[in-house]
Amino acid sequence: MSRILVGPFNRVEGDLEVTLDINENRVQSASVNSTLYRGFEQILQGKKPYDALVYTPRICGICSVSQSVACAYALADSMQLAMPRNGELCTNLVLANENMADLLTHFYLFFMPDFARPIYKAQPWFDTVQQRFQSVKGDASREMLPARAEFLHLMGLLAGKWPHSLSIQPGGSAKPVESQERLRILTILSGFRRFLETRLFGDSLEQIAQLKSELELQQWAAQQPWQSSDLRMFLHLSERLQLDTYGRSVDQFMSYGNYLLEGDRFFSSGVSDSQGQKRALNSALITEDISHGWLTGQDQPRHPALGVTQPSLDNKEGYSWCKAPRLDGQVMETGALARQLVNGHPLILDLVARSGGNVRNRMLARLLELAIVIPQMERWARQIDPKEPFCLHGKLPDSADGVGMVEAARGSLGHWLSIRDGKIANYQIIAPTTWNFSPRDQQGVPGALEQALVNAPVQDGEKDPVAVQHIVRSFDPCMVCTVH
Amino acid sequence: MLNLLWLQSGGCGGCTMSLLNAESPDLITTLEAAGINLLWHPSLSEESGSEVIELLQQAIDGQIPLDILCIEGSMLMGPLGSGRFHLMGGTGIPMIEWVRKLAQQARYTVAVGSCAAYGGISAAGENVTEATGLQYDGELSGGLLGANYRSASGQQVVNIAGCPTHPNWITETLLQIALGEFDETQVDNLGRPRTYADHLVHHGCARNEYYEYKASAELPGQLGCMMENMGCLGTQAHADCNIRPWNGEGSCTRGGYACINCTAPEFEEPAFAFMQTRKIAGIPVGLPTDMPKAWFVALASLSKAATPERLKNNAVSERIIYPPSKQKADSK
Repeated sequence: MSRILVGPFNRVEGDLEVTLDINENRVQSASVNSTLYRGFEQILQGKKPYDALVYTPRICGICSVSQSVACAYALADSMQLAMPRNGELCTNLVLANENMADLLTHFYLFFMPDFARPIYKAQPWFDTVQQRFQSVKGDASREMLPARAEFLHLMGLLAGKWPHSLSIQPGGSAKPVESQERLRILTILSGFRRFLETRLFGDSLEQIAQLKSELELQQWAAQQPWQSSDLRMFLHLSERLQLDTYGRSVDQFMSYGNYLLEGDRFFSSGVSDSQGQKRALNSALITEDISHGWLTGQDQPRHPALGVTQPSLDNKEGYSWCKAPRLDGQVMETGALARQLVNGHPLILDLVARSGGNVRNRMLARLLELAIVIPQMERWARQIDPKEPFCLHGKLPDSADGVGMVEAARGSLGHWLSIRDGKIANYQIIAPTTWNFSPRDQQGVPGALEQALVNAPVQDGEKDPVAVQHIVRSFDPCMVCTVH
Repeated sequence: MLNLLWLQSGGCGGCTMSLLNAESPDLITTLEAAGINLLWHPSLSEESGSEVIELLQQAIDGQIPLDILCIEGSMLMGPLGSGRFHLMGGTGIPMIEWVRKLAQQARYTVAVGSCAAYGGISAAGENVTEATGLQYDGELSGGLLGANYRSASGQQVVNIAGCPTHPNWITETLLQIALGEFDETQVDNLGRPRTYADHLVHHGCARNEYYEYKASAELPGQLGCMMENMGCLGTQAHADCNIRPWNGEGSCTRGGYACINCTAPEFEEPAFAFMQTRKIAGIPVGLPTDMPKAWFVALASLSKAATPERLKNNAVSERIIYPPSKQKADSK
């Protein structure tokens, strides 16, 4: 048995280190350390409730709008205020804009460059993949960056800027859309659709979104040479490297559901196992455990509405700044794969039933989501009626409690807010990567990534095992959100 | 080629995310054209783990020339000065130690964003993490590196303040450095590049006509000027956000919300509330900085008396009720 410390990880948002115990070229156990503590939950104590709309987006530069929406929902819940239809449409467009940009950034800039590493030099596909995806030097980043930047022009129109907007308010959007702006939004979306269809997929979004099984996906891939689109390239190397055998975790998947419109969420909420057995999400059963964090102030796991955040290096069992969230005591995996499984997409149901949560399936769910959500963004944009209201107004009570639950690109994000005497008495945040990169709980059960790393292959002499790199990045971690 | 090393600490990574929005041309082409070699960047580079640690050590030992050191995020000194709130992954060493050592080798040290410049959002509240900037702690000179720090080129830390920073604020500062055109005359008295800090957010604000006539918005979503009620600090904030918009066509005020003066030290702790204007006897506190208060009040009441009906009504509406052509509304 040997132990190695891997870090700093780059091409994840924020800083991360992982301790691995290795035996006979396999990871036996892993401990994940979120190395940065900033204390947002402490910063928010005593602040004016509306000021949380300024602070919480700044938890994260890549999930900024998701934080913004969760905060606006929590404030709206506190004041029993609902957004008008235009407000919901604009919120969904802004949130989807961030989420889709994040999925794209993850694929091109964070995940794929690992396949251009020298360790794969002997592979027959290497030259093609290196030419396309090598970090900084590859062709793809030069095509993807302008497409991403133009797509984010939606933020200029709908949210002022990205990241760190204040346009999303509890009562809707502070940015009313004029009729010509609505047309610009549609034009920007069509430009982005073209990039996705010509470069990423090599087919129409609708064609990708309606693939129903692993077999149909394989047949689709075989219609054209593997070099002809970025998705086909990923499928090719995924098959060669058997990425569907890497990084299987707990196979319990959770989604809060997303994109609220008139009482319904476009993606439904719930919990699912690998066979697609779905049950309702009971958020009252969410707890956070601090037994393995550098934290104090809670003897037992607590529901976030009663949670305490108090850093302390005195905890001898501590190895991370991260708390351990559990749902009814269970470890959950969250993210695009969970979202599409819970929402019952046939392709994802089939893939997960066959091979569970793994590196390949997590990546495919992200790309599939791009193909599903961009056409929906077009529909939302068409539904905006510039003559109708965008923002309603209410009065914040002196004492109230509110919850805001939303899906960021990388999974389920919740804000729990308590207002007393007109000020924030408690504000607790559980981010997607808090779930996925949780440390052990008081029963000693490792978090989702910690379990996913067990059995990862380590080649002789590897200091930064490449399989570990793939598995870690397959979760698209956001470490600045994780601890906040 | 100039070597650029970028590290992140107590921040959100949003300045990097914003930088990736660089356009005409894209970021990678811009750096390449400027002759800047990305030695390592946490979001972009291939190297991870031990390769990075080795590279940082070589830069510290002077084996690799370090022309530009960009730091994003505040420097976390806590708890009790130990820097334990951020030990750099895989090293067990506080990030503040890495930055101190690297800053001794850097020809130019650049703070990207208000966190790295002054402490920023991470320093809000009781500042439990003891967050500070590279060479400022809020408005005070000092910070991690101290008031007397000079990089190898003889410069103080360049403070590209903003939360987040506009992509061009960064690329243009880097280009000035690459062209050898950057010296102390290029920054203002808080170390911010004058290329953007010589402007005010008010300049080019699309709500300008409402400002002129003091036709004010009262609630989020309304079209009027946001200075009187909504907490807007655009007349005091140093930045060119409305001259050179964000994400194509945007800015905070165009997006329907107040400027919170995010390029200034200590913006994270507003005296009152971010989205509400503090007033004394009905007059907003914090008027334009270089205008005599009595004159401002006199002009404001004069222009308020002259406000056309069109602006008065549009200011408290989400959409234009009276377009300028409808002269009738004005003469009511």
